[in-house]
Amino acid sequence: MVSPIHAEPDVTHLPDENTLLSKPWVTIVWNDPVNLMSYVTYVFRTYFGYDKAQAERLMLEVHNDGRSVVSTGGREEMERDVQAMHEYGLWATMEQAS
Amino acid sequence: MSGFERHRRSGQVIANFTGFEADLLRSLASQLVELLRDEAAAPSSADPLEAMFDFSGPTTAPEDPVLARLFPDAYPDDEEAAGEFRRFTEGTLRTSKAEAAVAIVDDLEDAGLPPELTEDGLHLDVELDERRANQWLRSFTDIRLALATRLGVEEDDEARWASLPDEDPMSQAHDIYEWVGYLQETLVEALNA
Repeated sequence: MVSPIHAEPDVTHLPDENTLLSKPWVTIVWNDPVNLMSYVTYVFRTYFGYDKAQAERLMLEVHNDGRSVVSTGGREEMERDVQAMHEYGLWATMEQAS
Repeated sequence: MSGFERHRRSGQVIANFTGFEADLLRSLASQLVELLRDEAAAPSSADPLEAMFDFSGPTTAPEDPVLARLFPDAYPDDEEAAGEFRRFTEGTLRTSKAEAAVAIVDDLEDAGLPPELTEDGLHLDVELDERRANQWLRSFTDIRLALATRLGVEEDDEARWASLPDEDPMSQAHDIYEWVGYLQETLVEALNA
């Protein structure tokens, strides 16, 4: 049962509509012949806050498979992550999760 | 020179450079700043009227291959979204990358690197706090990406560089690229320590 709603819901602060109804977006980091493995791990730890094991697993995925999904979320959130990766000099793109 | 290390007592990240090394780093960082401020963001529209009212960033990838690598397309399969993303981010990214490179120049000069290097046997100690060290770290990446793009560095191409005669300018540039890589490796280690 739900009690009657008296206050008008505040709909001006809903999250990005993508996170509600659409498929989530992902940030992908691609392998390149320049960036050091230690640096890529460092970036994943410091920017995303991943622990050492998780950061290394993602770094190795980039290194071995050529790409890795490093974060998932709403479109605006992923745009922030891609911009941050570009600031760190990593080659990152985004797409809608399939 | 032995790269960067974490000073145990102060927690600062420190390194000692010869005058020659510091001068070389300053030159690389300065060239990067010039490149980032160069090639004024092309107007995003061919329509002169529309271009006149466009006060924001570019929407197409830079022509220079180094800049194209530093600012890749965020949406590889969606030109319009990639253009929008670029319009809102490239200016900010250019500024932040230029600031990081300027930090290297400023810190080297604060540590005693003269405007013109003349004296032999100069050594200087650089001391960086966490924020500054992270700016150096990011700028090392940009410098390495720039050098690698100009040199055409590829995965597993060590044999190609080893086969070049020492006096080949490409070989010398590749040595510098490797040296900055070494510096960056030690800086990551120091920051992790």
